[in-house]
Amino acid sequence: MTPTHYLLLSALLFTIGTVGVLIRRNAIVLFMCVELMLNAVNLSLVTFARVEGTIDGQVMAFFVMVVAAAEVVVGLAIIMSIFRTRQSASVDDANLLKY
Amino acid sequence: MGVLTQSQTAPLGGGRVLAQSAEMPQIDYGAVAPLLIVFGAACLGVLVEAFAPAHRRWSVQVGLTLLAVLLAGVFLGMHAQEINTGATTLAGTLAIGPAALFLWGTLLALSFGAVLLLADRSVEPGGAFVAESNTLARPGESAGTPVDAPGAASAAVMQRSAPGGVGMRTEVFPLALFSLGGMMVFCAANDLLTMFVALEVLSLPLYLLCGLAKRRRLLSQEAAVKYFLLGAFASAFFLYGLALLYGYSGSVRLSEIAAATAGSLRSDTLLFAGLGLVVMGLLFKGSVAPFHLWTPDVYHGAPTAVTGFMAACTKVAAFGALLRLLHVAFQASSWEWHWVLWTVAVVSMVVGVVLGLTQQDVKRMIAYSSIAHAGFLMVGSITLTERGLAATLFYLLAYGFTTLAVFGLLGLVRTSEGEATRMSDWAGLARRSPLVAAVFTFLLLALAGIPATSGFMGKFVVFSAAFSAGMGPLVVIALLASALAAYLYIRLVVLMFFHEPDPEGPTVSVPGPFTTAAVTLGVVVTLLLGVVPMLALDWASVGGFVS
Repeated sequence: MTPTHYLLLSALLFTIGTVGVLIRRNAIVLFMCVELMLNAVNLSLVTFARVEGTIDGQVMAFFVMVVAAAEVVVGLAIIMSIFRTRQSASVDDANLLKY
Repeated sequence: MGVLTQSQTAPLGGGRVLAQSAEMPQIDYGAVAPLLIVFGAACLGVLVEAFAPAHRRWSVQVGLTLLAVLLAGVFLGMHAQEINTGATTLAGTLAIGPAALFLWGTLLALSFGAVLLLADRSVEPGGAFVAESNTLARPGESAGTPVDAPGAASAAVMQRSAPGGVGMRTEVFPLALFSLGGMMVFCAANDLLTMFVALEVLSLPLYLLCGLAKRRRLLSQEAAVKYFLLGAFASAFFLYGLALLYGYSGSVRLSEIAAATAGSLRSDTLLFAGLGLVVMGLLFKGSVAPFHLWTPDVYHGAPTAVTGFMAACTKVAAFGALLRLLHVAFQASSWEWHWVLWTVAVVSMVVGVVLGLTQQDVKRMIAYSSIAHAGFLMVGSITLTERGLAATLFYLLAYGFTTLAVFGLLGLVRTSEGEATRMSDWAGLARRSPLVAAVFTFLLLALAGIPATSGFMGKFVVFSAAFSAGMGPLVVIALLASALAAYLYIRLVVLMFFHEPDPEGPTVSVPGPFTTAAVTLGVVVTLLLGVVPMLALDWASVGGFVS
C-alpha cells in the first residue's frame, strides 16, 4: 500500500460525506456526514505526516478530533432544541425562513 | 528529507519540538494581553453564570463584558504604540503586526457596540433573549403567535428555576466574548491549524447565539440549525484544504506555504485544490456569493442584536483572515488564482444587488446588501498591494460601524408581536419618528456610498487601489454594481418618507441608553470617517502582515 491509496480512500470518504450532506434530509444524519468528512481529513493528515516523516500531521489530527467533539456538543444541543419544538429533525420541515 | 531541517516549524509548539525538549515557547505577554483578557473574562463570565445570584447576573455580566472589551482595547493601544514591525509569538502560531493590531482594534470597538445592543432591555422588555423561567410564566410574554408556544415550552424545559430572575438569559455575554476571542485569533493566526481552531471558536458560540431569540422561537432555532449545519460543512472544506496544503508544503505555517509555492516538487494539484478549499471556507464566513446561501436566513432569524454582532464582527474577522492568507501565503502564486477570485467578486456583487432588489423584508435586504458589500471587499482583498490592504482594512472598519448602527435601529420599529421587519411596515416611518427615519436614511446612504459618509470613502479608497493595481474592468463592474445598489437603499428611503403610514402599523420604541449609545457610536464613526478619513486611513497604512 503506497500513501496514494490512503489519500484516495480519504478523498472517497470525504466525497461520500459531502454527497451525504447534500442529499440526506435528517439533521442528525447530515451531522454524521460532516463528521465523516472531518475524519476523512484526519486520514489525509496522518498519511501526509507519514510521507513527510514528521509527526506534525498526527498532532493536527488530535486537534481536529477535539474540535469535532466540541462541534458535536453544540450541534446536538441545537438539533435537540429544534426537535423538541417541532418533533422532527428533518431539514425539509424547517422552512419558515424564506421570502 | 529536506523537511527535517525545519525543526522549528511544528504547529502550536507541538510535534518534534516538544519531543526533543519540552521547553516553554516564548510568549510575548504584552502582545497577546488583549486576547488573554477577552478569553479570561469569558471564562469568568461562565463562572458568574454558575455562581452569581440570578437577580445580579445581568448587571455583573454586562459590567464584566464591557470592562473586558475596554481593558483589552487599552492594552492594545499601549502595545500598538511600542510596536512597529510586529513579531510572532506563542511558538510562531500568532503573528501580531500592524495590520493584525488594526483588525483587533476594529473588532474590539465593534464588539463594544454590539455588547451594548445585546445588553439592551428597554426596547424588548426584559431583553431580546430567551427568558428566565419566571418571566416565561407571565401571560402574553411568549405567546405572540401559536407557533411560538411550543418553542417557549421547550425553552422552559431547559431552564433552571430562577426565582427573582432578571428576565433574560445572560449566557449571551460569555458566548459573545468567546466568539470575539476566536475572531481575534482568527485574523492573527500564523498557521492554518490555529486558523481552523479559531474558526471553530468564533463560530460555535455564534451558532448558539442565533438560536436564543425570545420571540419567534421557531425562526430563531431554524436559523441556528441552518447556520450550524452549513457552517460545519464549510469548516470541513476548510480543513480538507488545510490537509492538502500540508501535503503540498510539508507545513501549515503560512510563510512556509509561501516558500513552497515559489518552488516545490509536489504536484500543483495539491496546492490549488487546497487553496480553493481553504478560501471556500473563508468566503463562507464572509458571506461572499456563491457561498452566501445561509446569510439571508440567518440574518433574518437570529435576534437582531446578534445579527448586528455577526454582520459587523464576523465580516471583519473573515476578511481579516482572507487578507492574511492571500497576502502572506499566496502572493507568489497570485497569477494562477487571481481570475477565480475576480469572478467570485463579480458574482457576489451581482447576486447581492439583484436579489436584494426582490426582498420584502428589511433584515433580508440588509443581508443581501452585506453580500454585495462582501463583493466590494473582495475587490480590495485581491488587490495585493500595500494600498489595497490599507483600503480594505479601512472599508471593513467603516462598513462594520454602519452595519452595527443599522441593526441597532432595526430593532426599534416594533408591533405588539415584536420587531416589524416587513418593508410594508416601514411605510411612512418618517411621520411617526422623524429622528429614527433621518438617522436610518443617513446610514442607508452610507451603505450606498454617498459622499460625506464613511461608505463613500471606503469605496473610493478600495476602488482607486484596485484601479492602480491594474484591475480597471473589475472596478468598472464594481462602480456599476454600487450604482444599482444605491437604488436598493433609496427604495427604502422613499418608502419611509413619501408613503402614508398604515394607521395600524408598527410603533417606534424609544431606545434605552444602551441602544442609544451603540447607535450613536455607529453614526458618529460613519460621519467622522466620511469627513476626516485620514484618522483611520493613516493607521491602516502603517504596515502589513508579518509572518
